[in-house]
Amino acid sequence: MKKGKTITTWRRRAALAGYLFILPNALGFLIFTSLPVLASLLLSLCKWDLLTPPKWVGLENFRNLLADVDFWKVPWMAPYEHGFMFNTLVMMMAIPVSILLSLFLATILNQKLRGMVLFRTLFFLPSITAGIGTMLLWMWLLHPDFGIINAVLGNAYEGLSWMYDGVRNVAYWFGGELSAWPPWGGPNGMHPKWLNDVNWAKPSLIMMGLWGSMGGMNMILYLAALQNVPPALYEAAKIDGAGAWQRFWKITWPMVSPTTFFIFIMSIIGGFQGGFQQAHIMTDGGGPAGSTTTIGFYIYQNAYMWFRMGYAASIAWLLFLIVLVLTLINWHASKRFVHYG
Amino acid sequence: MDELITLSRKRAPVRLTTILTYVFLSALAVTMVFPFAWMVRTAFIDPKQVFTSSKDVGGFLKWIFPWPPHPDNFAKAAEAVPFGRAYINSIIVAGLVTFGQVFTSSLAAFGFARLKFPGRDKIFLAYLATMMIPGSVTMIPVFILTSKMPLVLDGAIGWLIGSESVLFSSSYYMFRNTYMGRLVGLDSYFTLIVPGMFSAYGTFLLRQFFMSIENDYEEAARIDGCGTWGIYWRIMLPLSRPALATLGIFTFMGSWRAYMWPLIVTYHEDIMTLPILIRSFQGQYNTEWTLLMAASIMHIIPVLIAFIIGQKYFIRGVRIGGIKG
Repeated sequence: MKKGKTITTWRRRAALAGYLFILPNALGFLIFTSLPVLASLLLSLCKWDLLTPPKWVGLENFRNLLADVDFWKVPWMAPYEHGFMFNTLVMMMAIPVSILLSLFLATILNQKLRGMVLFRTLFFLPSITAGIGTMLLWMWLLHPDFGIINAVLGNAYEGLSWMYDGVRNVAYWFGGELSAWPPWGGPNGMHPKWLNDVNWAKPSLIMMGLWGSMGGMNMILYLAALQNVPPALYEAAKIDGAGAWQRFWKITWPMVSPTTFFIFIMSIIGGFQGGFQQAHIMTDGGGPAGSTTTIGFYIYQNAYMWFRMGYAASIAWLLFLIVLVLTLINWHASKRFVHYG
Repeated sequence: MDELITLSRKRAPVRLTTILTYVFLSALAVTMVFPFAWMVRTAFIDPKQVFTSSKDVGGFLKWIFPWPPHPDNFAKAAEAVPFGRAYINSIIVAGLVTFGQVFTSSLAAFGFARLKFPGRDKIFLAYLATMMIPGSVTMIPVFILTSKMPLVLDGAIGWLIGSESVLFSSSYYMFRNTYMGRLVGLDSYFTLIVPGMFSAYGTFLLRQFFMSIENDYEEAARIDGCGTWGIYWRIMLPLSRPALATLGIFTFMGSWRAYMWPLIVTYHEDIMTLPILIRSFQGQYNTEWTLLMAASIMHIIPVLIAFIIGQKYFIRGVRIGGIKG
C-alpha cells in the first residue's frame, strides 16, 4: 500500500518535471505557431486593414483568390502576362536540375581522391553566404551595361566576328547582301538585359539559384547517403561487366532514392514559399511587369504593403493546402518508388 | 615484362579519368569562387574605374586587377548609414536567438526524449505536424499581435491603475542619446528576438540526439542521487555538445540572414538588422557598386568566420537533420 503510494507520487513528480521542461518551448510554440495557425484560418474568412474593426466575409477571400487574374494568368493566354502562380512554378522547374547536379557532384566528390574536402568546401561557399550579400553580388554580375557576364558575352561576340564577317563575305561573292546579319543584331542586341527584362528575369534568378544550391546542403546529404552504399555492390556489378552508367542507374540511384525523395519534398515545399527575398532585393519589388513576383512575394504585398490581412491569410492557406496535398501524394508515391535498403 | 605491360595498361585509363575529374572540378570551383573574387575586386577599386573597360592586354589586366587597391569604399559605406549599429543589432539578435533557441529546445528535447508524462507523444506529434506549415501562414497573425501589443499592454496597465494615458510600451526609449526602440511591438528588440527563440525543428533535432545517448549514464547518476535537473545539466548537455553546436551554428546563420521578419517589424534605422539596413542602403546608393559590394562583404564575413570555425558541426548537422528528418 505504502509502496504503491510512493510510486504514484514519484510518477506525479516526474510528470510535473516533464511539463516544466517542455514549458518554455511549448509556450513559445503555442503563442508563435499553433495559435497563429488557427488565427490565420479565421483571418482568411475576414476582411481587415488593421485600422477599422475586422469584418466577417466568409469564403469571399477564397472566391476572390480563385478569380484573381494577376495570380493565375499565364503568358500564352490574353493578357499575355506572367501570373504569380506561373512565376512560382517556373522558378521551381530548376529543382530537378539542381537535385541531379547535386547528385552528380556528390558522386564525383565521393571518389577516394586527394583534395576532395577542399572542393567540397569551395562548392559549399555560395550556400552558406546566401543572403543579401550574394544577391547584390549577382545584381552586379548581371548588370546589363557594366556587368562582367555581359562583358564576357560581348567579348565572345567580338571574338567570333570573323565568323560572321566570313559568312557575310561569302554571301557577297555570290552576289547577295546580308543586311541584318547576324540575326541577333550586333554586340548590344546580343546582351540580355537579365533582371530588367520580362523574359530574362526568371532565368537570371534560376541561374543564381543553381549556383547557390548545387554544391550546398543537398550535395552534403547525397555525400552522406553515398557513403552508406555498400562497396560490395559496385564490386559485384563490375565483375558482371556493368559500365559506370549502368552502375549509377542500377545501384547508386536506387540506393540514394530515400535521400532524393526527402530532398525533393523539402525543395518543393521551399519552392512554393520561395522567391520573396530575390524579388524584394534584386528586382525592386516584383520585377519588370511582375515577372518575378512569386506567391510568397504576393502574400507580403497584400499583408504588409496593402494591409489586406484577410486576403493575404487566404493566399497563405492556399499555399499551405498545396504543400499538404503534395506531401501526401509524395508520401504515397514513395511507397512505390523509393527503395529503403 | 608481360605483367608490367598489363599493369601500365590497367593504370593509364584510371589516370586519364582522374585528370579529367580534377579539370572538371577545378573549372567548377572557379565558377563558384569567381563571383566572390569579382566582389572583392569591385569593393577595392576607385568608383571611377567601375564603368571602364579596356581592349588592349595591359589595360585588360589593369581592369581585372586594379592596383593599388582603394580601401575607401568600406569607410564611405560605413559613414553613409549606421552600419556599426546594425552590426551590433545583428550580433545581439542572432546571439540571443541562438542562445534562446538552443536553451529552450534542449529543455523540451530532454523532456520529450527522457521523461514520461501524460500526453507527451501527442504534444510531440503536434510539433512535428507544424514543421511543414509555411512560415507565411503564422507570420501574419504574429505580425498583427506584434503591432497591436503596445496598445493592448498600455490599455491593460491603464485599466489596472485607472488611468487613460499610459504610454509605457507605446513610447520610444533613449539611453544616453542612443535610440533603444520600444519595449515591445514594432521597432523593438523584443520583437526581433523573442519569436525566434522557439523552434520545433531544434527540438526535433536535439530529441533525436538525446534518444541516442545510452541510459546507463542516467541510471548511474540517479543512483548517485542526481535529480532530473542535474541529469539534464550535468549529463545530457555535456554529452550532446556536438549536437548543441550544430543547432547553434544553424540558428546563428539563419538568424544572421533572416530577412522578411526584421523587414516588416523595423522602421527606424537604428533598430534594423544588417540585411535590412543594407537593403535601405541599396535604395539610396543603387548605382554605387563599389559601396554596395563593400557592404555585401561586410555581411558575408561573419558567416564565413562562423562556418570556418564550425564547419565540422555544420556538415554533421546537415546529415543528422536530413537523414532522420
